[in-house]
Amino acid sequence: MARTPSHPALADGAHPFPHAHLLGIAALKPWEICFLLDEAEQWVELNRSAAKHVDRLAGLTQINAFFENSTRTLLSFEIAGKRLGADVVNLGVSGSSVKKGETLLDTALTLNAMHPDMIVIRHASSGAVQLISEKVDCPVLNAGDGRHEHPTQALLDALTIRRRKGRIAGLKVAICGDILHSRVARSNFMLLAALGAEVRAVAPPTLLPAGLDGYCVQAFTDMDAGLAGADVVMMLRLQTERMEGAYVPSPREYFRFYGLTEARLARAAADVLVMHPGPMNRGVEIDGAIADDIARSAVSEQVEMGVAVRMACLDVLTRRRRGVEGWA
Amino acid sequence: MTAPIAITGGRVICPATGQDGIATIVLKDRTVAGIGRAEPPSGAQIIDASGLVVAPGLIDAGVFRADTAAANAGGITRMILMPDQSPPLDDPALVAFAQGSGKPDVWVHPLAAATRGLKGEELAEIGLAQAAGAVGVATGRRAIADARVMQRLLAYAHGHGLVVVAHAEDAALTAGAVATEGEYATRLGLAAAPAFAESLAIIRDCRLAQATGARLHIRQVTTAEGLAAVRAARAQGVDVTAGITPAHLFLNDMAVSGFRSFARLSPPLRDERDRLAVIDGVRDGSLSILASGHDPQSQEDKRQPFADARAGMAGAQTLLALGLGLVRDGVITLPGLIAMLSTNPARRFGLVAGTLQLGAPADIVVFDEHAPWRIDGDRFHGAGNTPFNGLPTAGRVKYVIKGGDVVWRA
Repeated sequence: MARTPSHPALADGAHPFPHAHLLGIAALKPWEICFLLDEAEQWVELNRSAAKHVDRLAGLTQINAFFENSTRTLLSFEIAGKRLGADVVNLGVSGSSVKKGETLLDTALTLNAMHPDMIVIRHASSGAVQLISEKVDCPVLNAGDGRHEHPTQALLDALTIRRRKGRIAGLKVAICGDILHSRVARSNFMLLAALGAEVRAVAPPTLLPAGLDGYCVQAFTDMDAGLAGADVVMMLRLQTERMEGAYVPSPREYFRFYGLTEARLARAAADVLVMHPGPMNRGVEIDGAIADDIARSAVSEQVEMGVAVRMACLDVLTRRRRGVEGWA
Repeated sequence: MTAPIAITGGRVICPATGQDGIATIVLKDRTVAGIGRAEPPSGAQIIDASGLVVAPGLIDAGVFRADTAAANAGGITRMILMPDQSPPLDDPALVAFAQGSGKPDVWVHPLAAATRGLKGEELAEIGLAQAAGAVGVATGRRAIADARVMQRLLAYAHGHGLVVVAHAEDAALTAGAVATEGEYATRLGLAAAPAFAESLAIIRDCRLAQATGARLHIRQVTTAEGLAAVRAARAQGVDVTAGITPAHLFLNDMAVSGFRSFARLSPPLRDERDRLAVIDGVRDGSLSILASGHDPQSQEDKRQPFADARAGMAGAQTLLALGLGLVRDGVITLPGLIAMLSTNPARRFGLVAGTLQLGAPADIVVFDEHAPWRIDGDRFHGAGNTPFNGLPTAGRVKYVIKGGDVVWRA
């Protein structure tokens, strides 16, 4: 299934992915991002077919170590591994000995001793996944660490945009909501800027982090101004405990000024694409009717692309140990 | 009694007396017995210090761990110990015990906990602690959040003539923060507090010191704004002094990139603009005390995700060498550095030390200001977590004499 590479550097023979791990978007070159997106396309097709299974990772063991609660990301990684034929095991918070006082590195060494071929990690502390990756002998995939990065989410968002819009370069993308605490926002800032999008951060001043200039991101505290002419609007979840006076006064005040409504969305481009990493708070950050409008909302498609992107990442990161030609 | 010691041929520097020149210094009966060109007394142990610097032993103002071996290797003969011990030094008996903990190699001068359990709520028995040997009181690793408690502390400590050592970070603004607000903290996704959390605390504490007449020492002033607040208060006649550690002079917040937990410090590392400002503060004397902030952490406490790692670094063994960097960079003179490392802290905390005048305690450091070496935490005494690991530096301690005894030699 030969495809035309979507980045000139790939056509010129750049190594498409020389990394041992996928810890964040920060370490990736633009063509490496494009390569992963290109690779994911084949899995989108497979996932829509009847068979939905290949044996590419047969015999390999994938551990999903989730030290923080997650439903959809864990499920997505599990399905991705299984569709590629890997033996997938999940380590959840409740089953982990972290609760019994074991240090993170001891847990990492324990996992490593079981000879996994890939470890997918989610952790509540920024940098925790990198720390583990330094101590294990197999590829590590970051499924979200603190407020640092969530690279597969940014990749699936990019794939969704690219398939819907045909490109990423030049698009105006507004990322709206709790930017301060969001790893999804951080990974997306870097990925979208790397691929040439014009990125905006829209949030109340209390939820905007410092130093956004360094990301080439334009900050807005006025939602209407931030949405003006936007080709893509990416909404972020606002956690309930942050809405009761800590960062914003109340859910209803938040919805009044930062909720995505029809009236507000009218300021965006006519063919605007609405995205949300989920789970959504309907009536808090997004009007339910917009989320359900399949012409504009890509929410379900994001979930679909998530499996494909994660299959691509698992495949690419294990090529070296599988002895794939050109990946030694 | 110990045999007399004569240190010959070295450049003897004493900021307290203004001495700076090649001389022989004679130590006898645990005190300085003579400085000059006279022949060493017969029977004296001769230490040839040709090409070396001879100075009063270093006084490390504000360490969290009284590691005697690390101190001696760093040329330190006295440590002013923070009350953040386990348990905190909020009881006269604990103060008395801490005071004896380093002898004979290092004398430990404890700072009493300002409040019970260092909780920032109720005054501890600081008068009794003073009687037990405390040379000051300290708020500990954190600032006292409640302005009323701080005001009473300053007033009460002033009544006993005690210096109050404050940690300058606004407690509410820095709650949960592990980095300074800015692009690096944002990129790494670290909880951050604005740098002005420091000046906010300094402005409050200086105003309270002014109202109470108290003597205040801000252990670490790490920002341009904080420094400006100190200068403004001094101009108004407030008795406030300020200190700094090498980490904040030579590293900025880039050092935390890659989640390097060795660079997790308290206060957190600042941006380059603030770093340059504190260098200026050393140059113009606004920052008068250079201390190591020695606070080594175990492997278990440092090999953690950045936010979960304990703040603090091993500093005693690198204090002098890193301080000499300021001399090499032309920020201060060598006597100026010795003053920051010895004479100034002695004066601020009322110690009979930090001087080579006749009759002063025979606490001496002899060092080669140019000898190159590479900082290697694995070879430190005790825990070796330092953000300077691997850095080439210069300045090696050759001899340390405490109370007339050679307690360390290279």
